[in-house]
Amino acid sequence: MSTPFYVSPQQAMADRAEYARKGIARGRSVVVLQYTDGVLFVAENPSRALHKVSEIYDRIAFAAVGKYNEFENLRIGGVRYADLRGYTYDRDDVTARGLANVYAQTLGTIFSSAAEKPYEVELIVAEVGAGPEDDQIYRLPHDGSIVDEHGSVAVGGNADQISSYLDQRHRDGMTLAEALKLAVESLARDNNGGERTLTAEQLEVAVLDRTRPQQRKFKRLLGRQLSRLLDGHATDVSVDEAEEAPAGPGTDEAPGAS
Amino acid sequence: MEANTRSIGRLPAPFLTPGSSSFMDFLGAHSPDLLPGNRQLPPLKGAVQAPHGTTIVAASFPGGVVLAGDRRATMGNVIAQRDIEKVFPADEYSAVGIAGTAGLAVEMVKLFQLELEHFEKVEGVQLSLEGKANRLSTMIRSNLGMAMQGLAVVPLFAGWDVDRNKGRIFSYDVTGGRSEEHGFAATGSGSVFARGALKKLFREDLTEAQTTTLVVQALYDAADDDSATGGPDLARRIYPIVTVITDEGFRKLTEAQCSEVVRAIHERRLQEPDGPRAALL
Repeated sequence: MSTPFYVSPQQAMADRAEYARKGIARGRSVVVLQYTDGVLFVAENPSRALHKVSEIYDRIAFAAVGKYNEFENLRIGGVRYADLRGYTYDRDDVTARGLANVYAQTLGTIFSSAAEKPYEVELIVAEVGAGPEDDQIYRLPHDGSIVDEHGSVAVGGNADQISSYLDQRHRDGMTLAEALKLAVESLARDNNGGERTLTAEQLEVAVLDRTRPQQRKFKRLLGRQLSRLLDGHATDVSVDEAEEAPAGPGTDEAPGAS
Repeated sequence: MEANTRSIGRLPAPFLTPGSSSFMDFLGAHSPDLLPGNRQLPPLKGAVQAPHGTTIVAASFPGGVVLAGDRRATMGNVIAQRDIEKVFPADEYSAVGIAGTAGLAVEMVKLFQLELEHFEKVEGVQLSLEGKANRLSTMIRSNLGMAMQGLAVVPLFAGWDVDRNKGRIFSYDVTGGRSEEHGFAATGSGSVFARGALKKLFREDLTEAQTTTLVVQALYDAADDDSATGGPDLARRIYPIVTVITDEGFRKLTEAQCSEVVRAIHERRLQEPDGPRAALL
């Protein structure tokens, strides 16, 4: 004859949010910045195989922090959604807004369903437009809300601090090298205000580059090309000019194949 | 079409089920009616009248492979379209050319391109060239019911094999049977004549430019003897589609480049209408 404890709905939701936030805060951060030719994604991620940043469709990419299996699942769901939509209608009919909506609904349903544990993930969906004013960046927290972001955004462990650092320094019309430098500086600051050094091996960098001639605008920056950009030797090199990066066959011309 | 691409809601289970990297598998689970293979044709008497694409040729050279096709689609004795495109990039390192029922073939190519792209995005690596060729085999086989009713699709697949560092050509039969061709291949109604020309003109050591001339010569010969194959239309500036795949990826010749090749051949044929002659012995 045990009486179940009464837990108020407010308390239940607060507990679930707390649980999700703690899970997300354990991971390293991802930052997304607009630059003059597109959108830059930088993640601190020593793994070359398990990506935090990925291609979804022609002009759309995805970045995530939190629990790998959960956001990987959402990523594949997003690729399937985008490919099905493009197959049913047309490639131009696949939009970041539509995808962000579907993600928000999915996360929101899971968050408020008592039968499931909330996902410990925070996502970013970005789409590159014809010009910087047409770029779209959506941040999707664990509870199914959508935040329309401009300029720069950070998610993950140290997100608040990194965001405010970025907000103060990010400006429109940055070159790729400038934006990358700012992104790495923001990620290199730790909780206590100290600085670490991040090398090319610890970073996962990708761009949605509107100047790419290919239909698929997503491209990973790897190897020598990334090192050169980080060193600031290639301030004005556009992504495709610097494409002799010694990555394996397939990576240069095939976006996402790394 | 299920509600999922229209209405906004939680992604349904097939979207989030892990396991398959194939878009066709996903379609089969989520909306099987969209898979071309699941379409049932009512029993018919006689053949269905629909535009048919004709001749596709391919030839390899030391640095890659060339795939080309003429521009004609016919429906019975009528020219249904003069400027149809029948050669498409499948992905960065391969191309597919199609002969047979044009509508079904274009749909098959669209699904094939998506299948390769989907795998690449989900897995993070490209399929091997053999893997791509096998996927195409499966798709042709799923069209067998249609093929029995006269709506066959018979493609030619060519690509650069990044593992073996060479260009390769695969031909198919109507049941999805796949065979690798060495040197050159042709498919479609004019293929008999095109293959004859290729056989006499092909050499192992041709350059890329010579190989493009070779395939256009073969298409010229096919158009010469096959009424369903369209020759280069100089008046309307409709030239064959010629694509080249090397270790740098897929490239389609521009109209100006094609025009140059076609005009050079045309000039010579004004003197020798049957084209270049091979040695007798």
